[in-house]
Amino acid sequence: MAHFEKAHSLEEWLDQRLAIKTLRRVLAEEYWIPKNINFLWAMGMVLAVTFGILVVSGIFLLCYYQPNIDLAFDSVNYTIMQEVEFGWLWRHMHAVAASVVFLIIYIHMFTGIYYGSYKKGREMIWISGMLLFVSFSAEAFSGYMLPWGQMSYWAGMVITNLFSLGSLELNGLVEWLRGDYVPGQAFLNRFFMLHVFLMPLIIMALIGLHFGALRIPHVNNQDGEEIDFEEEAKKYLAGNKKEAKVIRFANDFLSKDMFVVSIFLIFFFYLVFWHFDFAMDPINFDPADGLKTPPHIYPEWYFLWSYEILRPFPKDPGLIAFGFSQVIFFLLPFLDRSPNVAPANRRGLFAAWFWILLVDMIVLTVMGKVPPMGMFSTIGLVAAWVFIILWVALPFITKNEKAV
Amino acid sequence: MADNSRRDFMGKVFGGWAALGGLGALYAAKKSWDPLPSVKAAGFTKVDLSSAEPNVLNVEKWRGKPVFILKKTPEIVAKQSKNETARDVVVGKDHFLVCIGLCTHLGCIPAYEANKEMFKCACHGAEYDVSAINTKAPAPLPMLIPPFRVDGTTLIIGEEGEQYKKMKAAGVLGKKPLNPKA
Repeated sequence: MAHFEKAHSLEEWLDQRLAIKTLRRVLAEEYWIPKNINFLWAMGMVLAVTFGILVVSGIFLLCYYQPNIDLAFDSVNYTIMQEVEFGWLWRHMHAVAASVVFLIIYIHMFTGIYYGSYKKGREMIWISGMLLFVSFSAEAFSGYMLPWGQMSYWAGMVITNLFSLGSLELNGLVEWLRGDYVPGQAFLNRFFMLHVFLMPLIIMALIGLHFGALRIPHVNNQDGEEIDFEEEAKKYLAGNKKEAKVIRFANDFLSKDMFVVSIFLIFFFYLVFWHFDFAMDPINFDPADGLKTPPHIYPEWYFLWSYEILRPFPKDPGLIAFGFSQVIFFLLPFLDRSPNVAPANRRGLFAAWFWILLVDMIVLTVMGKVPPMGMFSTIGLVAAWVFIILWVALPFITKNEKAV
Repeated sequence: MADNSRRDFMGKVFGGWAALGGLGALYAAKKSWDPLPSVKAAGFTKVDLSSAEPNVLNVEKWRGKPVFILKKTPEIVAKQSKNETARDVVVGKDHFLVCIGLCTHLGCIPAYEANKEMFKCACHGAEYDVSAINTKAPAPLPMLIPPFRVDGTTLIIGEEGEQYKKMKAAGVLGKKPLNPKA
């Protein structure tokens, strides 16, 4: 039996048993953040808050949702939307957050690419972040199945069909994934399980890994400057706060984070109350019908760029290009051969690479939405090739980059 | 050292058994995601052909997909090409078209135009003849003939019978392009 003194306050009592003071010091008060950063560094907190909104609104939806092919559509569109008080609020918050979370993820990713926050010890931050991106994609897709409308059904059909891998015709694998020849009860049930349990569990574990990966290399800063965090922390703790290049994570930096989060939430709730329809495809307000294909099947906006890389090519090359687009971002820390950690605009050719990639992905996104005809399919094809060429060229253009 | 080697041994034995158990669990996990017997049983659709009207399209559902069944008139059969006839399901003296009613372009469901004796897909304008062989782009292939068996006047979709195997051997199921005129 270990020795315990009588505690004089609840805090002390808890500290004796759980070391909460040490925990607070290590995780918050003496977790050091560089001063030289801007609002883009708050996107991580914005994402954490958005994920929280998704979990909470999801819990309320889960109270009434029925994962049954005969009941699902009405449980969403009638029970939740019309009978449950404030059911509409949870649904619109959930749908808008699911869409907006990808906008923030893309901003977060491109911030990392721009400032070179994925190399020289920060590789695991990037890789765990990409695993989060993939998990969020799976989470979004499985959630999209649940209202069991026409778009749910046909997106489920088309995406599971991709697993037949073109000419390999692995139809057995597709039927195994669905538990049926077409999306049916088994399919809805297992995607429900994935959406409300397995994927959120994986996402939470990955968020832990992502935060943990930050601990040793620390956050990057606007100049990619290498900071001696122990030295700077000493200055700060000695009272020389002005000279120190760092501040405490909490409550100092956190208060700035929360300011950006507040601005974001104004935008978020504006969408929830006045423009929720952008996250609601009208076709998905028709119940799933396996005997009637909607004339145009397209994914939600955040998947359009990779969909457009699949579409302009013939079946097999299209699948290969699609697979390429899914994995290539993981390799960024290793394809960038330059030792420079600096903003893209100081890195010569890499600046061009960055801006072309960004514009190209916006073009792919727009082309993914319009019907694949005439001029549009040509632009889509060119943009898809530009995407592939950019990644193949990356090691070559960064290899000879001058040291900054 | 002696202690360590004993622990190593126990560790390896434990690891071995755990790996075996893990493999078993993986197998069970794989099998429990397989289509259920009730789903597989619903993978067969029986259709009585004796009451079919000539030149009227009948749409059945098989494994969640629409299946076209069209009884051809003797006049249609008489003017068919070899490829067209090779795709006919023959029941007694009657010829039937049996195919999965999905356009081979992007999977829309084409409509039958009885007076022109052809199928037309509204999505992107593809056309098919009365044997569901594609006659106008963008459809790349004839509509696919599903596995079937004929038992008297009953058509069982989902099971490979004599006629199906013959069509398969002749390569007219719709897995490769066919010339509608040959």
